[in-house]
Amino acid sequence: MEYKPIRKVVSGNYAAAYAVKHARVEVVAAYPITPQTSIIEKIAEFIANDEIENIQYVPVESEHSAMAASIGASATGARAFTATSAQGLALMHEMLHWAAGARLPIVMVDVNRAMAPPWSVWDDQTDSLSQRDTGWMQFYAENNQEVYDGVLMAFKIAETVNLPAMVIESAFILSHTYDVVEMIPQELVDEFLPPRKPLYTLTDFDNPISVGALGTPSDYYEFRYKLAKAMEDAKKVIHEVGKEFGERFGRDYSQMIELYRTEDADFVFMGMGSLMGTVKQAVDLLREEGYKVGAAKVRWFRPFPSEELYELAKNVQAIAVLDRNFSFGQEGILFNEAKGALYNTDAKPLMKNYIVGLGGRDFTVNDVRKIAENMKAIIDKGELDVEVDWYHLKR
Amino acid sequence: MNTLFGEKKEGATKIVLKSVDEYPEAPVSLGTTLSNFTGDWRTFIPVIDDEKCVKCYICWKFCPEPAIFIREDGYVGVDYDYCKGCGICANECPTKAITMEKEEK
Ligand code: SF4
Ligand code: SF4
Repeated sequence: MEYKPIRKVVSGNYAAAYAVKHARVEVVAAYPITPQTSIIEKIAEFIANDEIENIQYVPVESEHSAMAASIGASATGARAFTATSAQGLALMHEMLHWAAGARLPIVMVDVNRAMAPPWSVWDDQTDSLSQRDTGWMQFYAENNQEVYDGVLMAFKIAETVNLPAMVIESAFILSHTYDVVEMIPQELVDEFLPPRKPLYTLTDFDNPISVGALGTPSDYYEFRYKLAKAMEDAKKVIHEVGKEFGERFGRDYSQMIELYRTEDADFVFMGMGSLMGTVKQAVDLLREEGYKVGAAKVRWFRPFPSEELYELAKNVQAIAVLDRNFSFGQEGILFNEAKGALYNTDAKPLMKNYIVGLGGRDFTVNDVRKIAENMKAIIDKGELDVEVDWYHLKR
Repeated sequence: MNTLFGEKKEGATKIVLKSVDEYPEAPVSLGTTLSNFTGDWRTFIPVIDDEKCVKCYICWKFCPEPAIFIREDGYVGVDYDYCKGCGICANECPTKAITMEKEEK
């Protein structure tokens, strides 16, 4: 069948809901939380209108239960999905370890939202990055198209390596903003994403198993190693699935870091999620003004693309890391990771951390220009002014 | 089918996996926590009086470990690799056929 995309104008949340439908998800367990709410409302509407077959929607009383139900469903071999945001994701935290430890390929959309207090429903990456060490893969979407594509790819990757995956979109900037999304006809999604082949299933009654049994000190360690290795192996699978997606549907996701006009760049802006759309636009304008700049969008934060970062870092003089998040007592989380990944290599560009856009603070093309001016001054001087710059601070 | 430690072999006291490659991908086990030998936790040991036993198997149901098994003659026995000496069986037995005695080691 020839690929002719179906174009729809949808919000990021609806893009996620359509992807859930097209992925033939069998169980959705969710609790509504702003701004995730419209994802599960749309899925509920699909179910109410008989637009999805063979799906169970489980309305639960909290996110902890949403993840617990997803774990149970996934352990029976079903394709399971849930969605959440901010405090809801934090409430799931314990269960996130459980899903990864039991090697269940659940896919979840997290709508990036600032943690309270002060209470906020706006964009900020600290919620998802706080879950960094749970064993979940993390994909950061730049736009609504990437939310849709990300969910479909996440299922395929997750079910290949038997690890859960989070697809992350910005609160409101994507979740509630409408844009054209090219959707894939169902038959072609089915070819790309065949039914799940589970590693084990609770419903194989001839081979009864227990899941989550005690792991004594003589065995726990080996299972952690297996989990670590699966995460490492996932890099190759991400590359292959991203390449296959490009060959089938024209959008290539083979690189874990998307490079934009970096070939001859003196310095690059690095960041994740929707703010990189703004950065790419700014790069075009700055290029016209004579700045040799590029953008490096980190698509996958877990597993972390250290090798791709090294390839980039050895060819530039400086990297401005834009963090819409912060680890208190240290610095921006992507900045911290990126520096760590380069430490034992011969690539040592100047690296500066800009804390931007926390709690939905507007981040514009003009902000990128100001950062570019600052970066240029740093490169000319050959040293940093400050390492961590609270860029928007009212002074 | 990946199973964690397979079935406990006749006469084996411990099933040990020697290399990481022998481990399954996920921490999932066949039946129950067969690999977890809780027998060495024991201070008290259940002693079963077959004369009083009425083969109700309540002890088998309540035992939190895979310790109580049903013998060929229908009475119950205890697998000491697993019995941790918690005394639940003795407490639940309706005919008081099980008594907990201090184990001499
Ligand atoms: S003492 Fe506890 S572990 Fe041992 S057989 Fe009785 S119930 Fe089972
Ligand atoms: S509970 Fe008591 S009577 Fe029942 S089977 Fe066990 S030992 Fe026998």
